[in-house]
Amino acid sequence: MSGFFVRKIVGFAATLAAASLVVFLALEVLPGDPALSILGVDADPGALEALRQQMGLDRSAVTRYLAWVVGLVTGDFGTSYTYGIPVIEMVAPRLAVTIPLALMAMALSIAMALGVGLFAAANHRRPGDFGAMVFSQLGIAIPNFWLGLLLILLFSVSLGWFSAGGFPGWGDGAGAAFKSLVLPALALATVQGAILARVVRSAVLEEAGADFVRTARAKGLSRHQALVGHVLRNAMVPVITVMGLQFSFLLAGTIVVENVFSLPGLGRLVFQAISNRDLVVVKDVVMLLAVMVIVVNLVVDLAYRIIDPRLGAGR
Amino acid sequence: MTATSDLGSFKPARFNAALSSSGPRSMSLMVGAVLTGLVILAALISFVWTPHDPQHIDIALRLLGPSPDNWLGTDHFGRDVASMILVGARTTLAVGAGAVAMGASAGIVLGLVASAKGGWTEEFIMRLADFSFAFPAILSAIMITAILGPGPWTAILAIGIFNVPVFARIARGSANGIWAREYVRAAQAIGKNRARITMDHILPNISGILMVQATVSFAIAILAEAALSYLGLGTQPPDPSWGRMLFEAQTFVFQAPRLAIFPGVAIALAVLGMNLLGDGLRDAMDPRGTANL
Repeated sequence: MSGFFVRKIVGFAATLAAASLVVFLALEVLPGDPALSILGVDADPGALEALRQQMGLDRSAVTRYLAWVVGLVTGDFGTSYTYGIPVIEMVAPRLAVTIPLALMAMALSIAMALGVGLFAAANHRRPGDFGAMVFSQLGIAIPNFWLGLLLILLFSVSLGWFSAGGFPGWGDGAGAAFKSLVLPALALATVQGAILARVVRSAVLEEAGADFVRTARAKGLSRHQALVGHVLRNAMVPVITVMGLQFSFLLAGTIVVENVFSLPGLGRLVFQAISNRDLVVVKDVVMLLAVMVIVVNLVVDLAYRIIDPRLGAGR
Repeated sequence: MTATSDLGSFKPARFNAALSSSGPRSMSLMVGAVLTGLVILAALISFVWTPHDPQHIDIALRLLGPSPDNWLGTDHFGRDVASMILVGARTTLAVGAGAVAMGASAGIVLGLVASAKGGWTEEFIMRLADFSFAFPAILSAIMITAILGPGPWTAILAIGIFNVPVFARIARGSANGIWAREYVRAAQAIGKNRARITMDHILPNISGILMVQATVSFAIAILAEAALSYLGLGTQPPDPSWGRMLFEAQTFVFQAPRLAIFPGVAIALAVLGMNLLGDGLRDAMDPRGTANL
């Protein structure tokens, strides 16, 4: 048991280290002179030299990498080139948008997937199953940012129930802030929910044919009891695998959807930073997003053990 | 690794059977083939004919509704939307094909090498594939854009890199299943080397599932290209692209909501077509897969 956790933690640390190396190499070493790529080729030599000084480019790449990693761990993310303020001060308020958005979307997509997937499985080979799968195919085919636009068209332009974008902040009551995240979360959740619904359906159908389900039914459990007590728990293993993978797509999706709804989240920050060629911010935010994905994958790995302790032995 | 072990028992493909069988399962194949055919047709037609020049700006004709002259109306520059959508199909297919070709060729080679060599090499390649899942396509696109600047090549590169581990995993998983077969053992026994066996026996036997994956990856690539172009990281103006059109339509969502409809429908139909085609091929090649609609 403890060996499993040690192995997972070591793997986790190695992945983090590798990810930080990739981000650093891509954004600081590959461009050659980061100061030049920030200011552009026609920049004033004096300004270039000043920026090189400020970014510490006179030091070796190894020193800079180590300084960056130490900074990330201790909460010193460096200073934004464009705004001249510490990156951590820019990132913190944006996490308060992106994390609730991602969690809301995740919860919505799980609810959608369980609802549609179980409905389809319960109506296997009947019109309900077909209808649910048509819904799921459409959900997969619709780009999340277009769904966002359609939701704006319906709920903001036609019905006027929601604002077309923007975020009032958590300060003026959670209700308004929460409301402004509903449409973006729905736009994000539908695609992932549609994919997950197919996984739920086939996992449930596969488990429903197992001997232990027949035994459960034979000893007098109702269809419903057998489904909830025996089928669902076993069907959860593939479902959670896909959920973990989906979280990374969901986070990537926030980058797009935050731009559709003008939400001041991490995605919008990194996107603006690209437009401003603010490599310091790009590097930190990309790393932060990668860390989130890696942490979720670790949590998923650990969650398997709780759901299905048998999986530990073979791994 | 439940998914890959499942692929191990995959049966070799029979395309003719797929095309001649009837019933609801081949319906997705039919619908998928028709939709995909339409997108390809639109792209081909756009090379020889479009109703108007998709880049021709005429402010006097801005934001017109659909009419016999402008089938889908005009945008805020007075450009013909129908012509832009036709030419946009080209962009979509080119970026999608480039990204899938790149991801598939690199990924299949890595997967086959991992499967043929086994041991430390396999472990290393597969850890690398696991690791790359920490960087979704948009995230790597952002990094690549920060270095190279935006453009269609950025999109191809970013989506292609994202596809490498996808194909590596599938190729390795299904190749491992074939290596266990008796005829492969027999080939080893008569002294064929591993590279030869991979080319003669492994690759032909997993080509069906790789083709299915290519269709599914193509659908994902179309979505990713649209998202990148929407963000301004992909296709650059004045080249028409569906994602870019949606971005421009958003500003006029109150005056001309239809502008936000047509390009989205085009994207959704193209993705739906590819996905249905992939599903249809998978069902047709794997008679056991009744549970996976």
